[in-house]
Amino acid sequence: MIDIALKIALACVALAMLLNLWSLLKGPTAPDRILALDTMVINAIAFIMLFGIFADTVVFFEAALLMAMVGFVSTVAYTKFLLRGDIVE
Amino acid sequence: MTTLLDALIAFLIVLGGAFALIGSWGLARLPSLMTRLHGPTKATTLGVGGILLASMAWFPLHSQEWSSHELLITLFLFLSAPISANMIAKAYIHRRFRRCSAPEDVETELPAPPGEGTDWATFGSSKFDDTKTGRP
Repeated sequence: MIDIALKIALACVALAMLLNLWSLLKGPTAPDRILALDTMVINAIAFIMLFGIFADTVVFFEAALLMAMVGFVSTVAYTKFLLRGDIVE
Repeated sequence: MTTLLDALIAFLIVLGGAFALIGSWGLARLPSLMTRLHGPTKATTLGVGGILLASMAWFPLHSQEWSSHELLITLFLFLSAPISANMIAKAYIHRRFRRCSAPEDVETELPAPPGEGTDWATFGSSKFDDTKTGRP
């Protein structure tokens, strides 16, 4: 039962990441692209967690935690750059 | 008992995947950024939340090991998602609407906020304007 659920959810998240890639390429403005990238990072975290349950190992959780932190910092840095033209003031 | 818990975990996993897909579909489909912002920030975060809950229940149940990483990811993601959404919306407003220094993609005048003598918070408050209050 868990196997089938995991396969369905992995397919859903993979499709979601493809949609994110499409909206990342489409744009049209820079904040749109940042939003698409931020969503893609969140979906990647979900994908890593699902794959961790699928492979029955907790090793991937460190990677997911790192992606959560780096994704947030990169989003803030991008928006800061758009707003101020500089990241560290 | 274990079968019931397994069914619950499977349901949470499918629900999380469905939420992630719906959020991303909204991101690809909705017309402008201010509407598009809702898809990822609510639906996708909920989807990740469902998957994290499922894994928090799955690992102690089947392999007798527990890790605090899921809890940390949940906390971090749920704290940081509103902040990044706020930052993206602010960058969008400052680049797209008038009163900013990016002339190329300026489209519309920002509507006036309700109330007398007020201004949108992101453009600075006129209530605390130096010339009116006489502050240094």
